[in-house]
Amino acid sequence: MKRRTLLATGTTAAMAAVLGAPLRAQEPLKVGFVYVGPINDGGWTQHHHHSAKEMEEHFGGAVELLYQESVPEGPDAERVMTQMVRQGCKLIFTTSFGYMDPTINVAARFPDVKFEHATGYKTAENVSAYSARFYEGRAIQGTLAGRMTKSNKIGYIGSVPIPEVVRGINSAFIHARKVNPDVEFKIVWIFEWLNPAKEADAAKVLIEQGCDVILQHTDSTAPHAAAKEAGNVYTFGQAADMAEFGPMPRISSIIDNWAPYYIERTQAVLDGTWTSVNTWDGIGAGMVGIGEISSAVPEEYKAEAEAMRDAIAAGDYHPFTGPINKQDGSPWLAEGDVADDGTLAGLSFYVEGIEGDIPS
Amino acid sequence: MLTLEKRPQPSQAWTYLAPLVAVVVTMIVGGAVFAMLGKPPLESIRTIFWDPLFGEFAAFDRPELVKKAGPLVLIALGLSFGFRAGIWNIGAEGQYIMGAIFGAGIALAFYPMEARWLIFPLMIIAGMVGGMLWAMIPGLLKVKFKTNEILVSLMLVYVADFMLDSMSLGLLRNPEGHGFPGSRNLQQYASAYNGDLIAGTGLHWGVIAALFAVVVSYIALSRHIFGFNVRLAGQSPRAAAFSGVNANRLVLVCMGISGALAGAAGMFEVAGPSGQILSSFNVGYGFTAIIVAFLGRLHPIGILLAGCLMALTYIGGETAQLTLGLPRSAVQLFQGMLLFFLLAVDLFTNFRIRLTAKEAA
Repeated sequence: MKRRTLLATGTTAAMAAVLGAPLRAQEPLKVGFVYVGPINDGGWTQHHHHSAKEMEEHFGGAVELLYQESVPEGPDAERVMTQMVRQGCKLIFTTSFGYMDPTINVAARFPDVKFEHATGYKTAENVSAYSARFYEGRAIQGTLAGRMTKSNKIGYIGSVPIPEVVRGINSAFIHARKVNPDVEFKIVWIFEWLNPAKEADAAKVLIEQGCDVILQHTDSTAPHAAAKEAGNVYTFGQAADMAEFGPMPRISSIIDNWAPYYIERTQAVLDGTWTSVNTWDGIGAGMVGIGEISSAVPEEYKAEAEAMRDAIAAGDYHPFTGPINKQDGSPWLAEGDVADDGTLAGLSFYVEGIEGDIPS
Repeated sequence: MLTLEKRPQPSQAWTYLAPLVAVVVTMIVGGAVFAMLGKPPLESIRTIFWDPLFGEFAAFDRPELVKKAGPLVLIALGLSFGFRAGIWNIGAEGQYIMGAIFGAGIALAFYPMEARWLIFPLMIIAGMVGGMLWAMIPGLLKVKFKTNEILVSLMLVYVADFMLDSMSLGLLRNPEGHGFPGSRNLQQYASAYNGDLIAGTGLHWGVIAALFAVVVSYIALSRHIFGFNVRLAGQSPRAAAFSGVNANRLVLVCMGISGALAGAAGMFEVAGPSGQILSSFNVGYGFTAIIVAFLGRLHPIGILLAGCLMALTYIGGETAQLTLGLPRSAVQLFQGMLLFFLLAVDLFTNFRIRLTAKEAA
């Protein structure tokens, strides 16, 4: 017996020796995530975290997740990233626009670490940028909003006036007007991504002004709660499905789904094939999800919205297809022309028909 | 039976002991909280208080400590004058923001001219003036209309916050920023950049200014009639009035000093570690500095030490989040406890506990 045990032990040892090299190579890849909000914010950060978790599960033990929440945008972010590098992270995702310059700074100091910055425009040898074409989802929201409104007044809670948000407003407006030429947009800016108190106030003001559909580019569910209280007001989930507010007031949603991207990029690091890219994916690639259109929406409108979703996903339809004029009436896109990504990336004007100015 | 008895004189020993006791009690209670969260208490405390100074990666952390402590000390020193005299400037955060806006505004007005000898000193002056002007609003309102400077200075923080939003979207926005908010990055503008004087030490002009301010404050408070007047006004306004202290002037001077130092801190930060005017520029140094001022007993040397301690909890707290998975709020709770226990322990400075025999029936 003893001899057999010894033999078995010997074999195991030998096998371990043979397998030793590949086993060591499988020491988990550490991937860091820097979050701007708390991981349970119900919106933006929660979905990044959810996607990050999904990525970690996908790779089993091959990937170890490190993250830090509520990191202020600025020098603190630089320190957090540096700390992650020290902990051994080889790939770091920085998930808010304000981390752009800090990411570029830290990346320059650690050329053998890969960085991925969300929603910015700067890239470097070891820094990729990634973002989602949320305006595709806005086209569907705009269509539904135009169909569902009875007062023809649609409220929009704007967060921070950056091109991404302006694109969303334009896209929603164009498509709301397309199905209902009488709609008006009322836009309130709160200058924050997440502030339930301000979001609730904005929603209440918009409802008082007669808006019966509220679109939001802010992350909390506070506007839904305000809409529910008012009754007969429709809302859309933002970043998360927010299905708990369905079928009324929430009638659909835009869901951020970063998991496929996170898996793809982590795989690239594991394979040693990572290169700096500038990714901008939409419904087609699965980065932008459209939440279930609820039973509060009549069948025909639902079918119309879903047809648009499928056309965008298939690449048959672009939400910014001319003719479209700028707010001042000057032409932007001629009949049949499609906006190019460069213009869209820096979009800083409203299209014709939207009242008010972009804050500056 | 235990009773509290007022001391005829505040206890000298307790004045110095209180902050130390508060730190120790915070560590104990903090450790208990961490343990309840299922984290190893001793390791958590070590990660927060020891590792940034002497741990494996201390070489990375020390410069960060210096960068964090610099603005805290500078702001807290300014506040300490007013606090000693019973003038409560709670709005240092707003003055810090205005200093940054003024300082960055000067730099961006000169951009892209290269003349460091002119631009950088002008920025420092502008930063101080910006903070001072902002502090003068509650100061003058108090002197003229007897308004409450606590409320006015606090409310002006929110106004400054909106100014910051407006600046990052409008006047100071980077014209080459692709429509995104935020000014040009001053780190890329050699004449304005407040970088490390010796690379990798974290020692920038703001830190030098903080150390210099410690020395000047120390002399002013202990060797100069101004310091005497400040203390007198705080301890006995009537006595101060009889000895010829002009209360109104004292309000303006104290508000002015705290505003100027907070403004300077903001300017050094925006020109250095932060680099940009952005709506997320301010991270609460102006409020944390209040804790620093009290933890340091309103004494310049104490403030220097307290600023370093506070910086330690920030940096160590971050490391603890990353390596031990401590939630961020637990770390913030920890910082709050520091002030809470200090105020609690402070009781012993003015009172003593006596064991008295039960009165006979």
